[in-house]
Amino acid sequence: MGDILSLVLKRLGYGLITLLVISVIIFFMVELLPGDIAQAVLGQGATEENLAALREQMGLNDPAPVRYFEWLLGAIQGDFGASIISGERVSSVIGERFMNTLFLAAYAAVIAVPFAITLGIIVALLRNTLFDRVANVLTLTSISSPEFFLGYILILYFSVKWGMFPAIASLSQDMTIMELLERTFLPALTLVLVVTAHMMRMTRAAIINLLASPYIEMARLKGTPPWKVIVRHALPNAWAPIINVVALNLAYLITGVVLVEVVFVYPGIGQALVDAVSKRDFPIVQACCLIFAGTFILLNLAADVGAILTNPRLRHPK
Amino acid sequence: MSVFVITYFGLLIATSCAAAYWNQRGPFLTLFSLTLVSFVLGIVGGAGALRFVAIAAGMIAFAAGISYAFREFLVLITSHNLSKEIKTAPLTASFGMFVIFTYAVAGIFAPWIAPYGESEVISSAFAPADENMLLGADQLGRDMFSRIIYGARNTVGLALLATVAAFLMGAFAGLLAATKGGWFDQVLGRIADIIMSIPSLIFALLMLSIFGPQVIVIIVAVAIIYAPRVFRLTRAVAGNVVVMDYIEAAKLRGEKTWYLIRREILPNSTAPLIAEFGLEFCFVFLLVAGLSFLGLGVQPPTADWGSMVRENATLISFGEITPLIPAAAIALLTVAVNFVVDWMLFRSSGLKEQ
Repeated sequence: MGDILSLVLKRLGYGLITLLVISVIIFFMVELLPGDIAQAVLGQGATEENLAALREQMGLNDPAPVRYFEWLLGAIQGDFGASIISGERVSSVIGERFMNTLFLAAYAAVIAVPFAITLGIIVALLRNTLFDRVANVLTLTSISSPEFFLGYILILYFSVKWGMFPAIASLSQDMTIMELLERTFLPALTLVLVVTAHMMRMTRAAIINLLASPYIEMARLKGTPPWKVIVRHALPNAWAPIINVVALNLAYLITGVVLVEVVFVYPGIGQALVDAVSKRDFPIVQACCLIFAGTFILLNLAADVGAILTNPRLRHPK
Repeated sequence: MSVFVITYFGLLIATSCAAAYWNQRGPFLTLFSLTLVSFVLGIVGGAGALRFVAIAAGMIAFAAGISYAFREFLVLITSHNLSKEIKTAPLTASFGMFVIFTYAVAGIFAPWIAPYGESEVISSAFAPADENMLLGADQLGRDMFSRIIYGARNTVGLALLATVAAFLMGAFAGLLAATKGGWFDQVLGRIADIIMSIPSLIFALLMLSIFGPQVIVIIVAVAIIYAPRVFRLTRAVAGNVVVMDYIEAAKLRGEKTWYLIRREILPNSTAPLIAEFGLEFCFVFLLVAGLSFLGLGVQPPTADWGSMVRENATLISFGEITPLIPAAAIALLTVAVNFVVDWMLFRSSGLKEQ
């Protein structure tokens, strides 16, 4: 057991260090601005007094490392400073939106994960048949399409032509859960299409890789029934790659969510990020980037830890 | 029962009988199961559903025909060695090559093909298609068709430039790391790890928010984001070559690092690198398209597929499909490149799957 524990701890520590380095990158990248934030906010025509006042107000007179630690301490407690356009607290701008995004991603994941893994395993077992070829072309097309293409096709058919689901995913406080699920169905479906395709292909590759190993052939040759080959011999070793596939694709959802939110005007954190980027509202950009990158790292971490925990060789040391 | 439905079933049954007669097992099973499915579809969806199936089948047949013809054409015009390779290409790969060829022609000869300039206002906003304008006008009254043609030059060109930048950076660092090894290798590896642990779109948005949406910023951002992928692959491939005896011999001869990279390592690792270039191009292309869709890529009035979708998206709520054409153009090129890459990987790996 000690081996596993130390491996997991090592991996956790490594993830934490990565996150720290990324926070440094996100913070100091803004320092690369020609001039400084105050200059960027007020523009070239700003007077010296105004600049000085704004610098004082934003605490820009402290040296950068001091500001970095203040920012990081605040970020850990959920306080990312104030927006430089509206003056609102960043946490109040993105807090609720973050929950909305999590909801959308979870909605998509709940549909996509079981669906994709089942299909992936079926396609792997039926490899090189017509069904496999058709699935290959379809998933390839889905991966190759930009998210906004799939999103607009769904809007065109499901909402404009057939009138089944709303095209704009506006949310309000007093919606029942059914209404909520209906409103967010199209954005979730777009994400499901993209992620399912990725996940199916990766599951298929992992399973085929596994079925080619010598011990599977051995099991077949000694006359084990096919279902038993899969359940007893292949599956225990398949968990690690499958967990990996799931976590990687959930991480992929994070980037997909930005484009999908813009297509469906969904009030999520991705839209907030895009708005902030075009308005150059750096505190919001930094906060959103840190949240996205943090989630991304967390999911990758979960994948690695899951792979360590389900590895039979590590669980039963010699 | 319209004439269409009778012809439809007549044709299907006749071809499946013919396939069965000449013992063509695969085609027969496909055709006959299509016939059975069509019975159900015809009852549920009526002639409309059957028409849809017929159009889809026709398009697939058309694509297959053109890919076949294009492959034979390539076999005839290329040299003996190359034509032997091309003969083995599956239809999907030659379809991909045909699409890439078409896009290249459209991009290179855009000013001659497009009837109007890319920022020329010629009619009212959202004017419908007429004999002057094949696809109607966009939100400012510019010819949609001309803008799509110019988009092949701008969007694909930008993605290609960015990919080349990422590739040169990554491949150079990878080759250097594999030949030098030691702490240099370690440091580059850690940097690559860090960059890869930030989601690509998020990293690009961060850079664009700071340096503003300019073409040069996009190219540099994409190069930094995607170079680590190339770096890892190059390092792995070159790492396998570096341990060979002939490298040792060259080192003992006293050859310099640059000679080793250029004359010994590169020629032995081109195949996987070319395939990686194709894959990389797909990622970059989708990222650049996504950025322009968000309004942070190529700035107006330059014609660009991603921003064209965004600007004309209102038309979709009237049931028009013209705004989707640039998006479909992006998807088609990515699929095409993927088809070609699949074939190359298949060839260079010597059939991994089985």
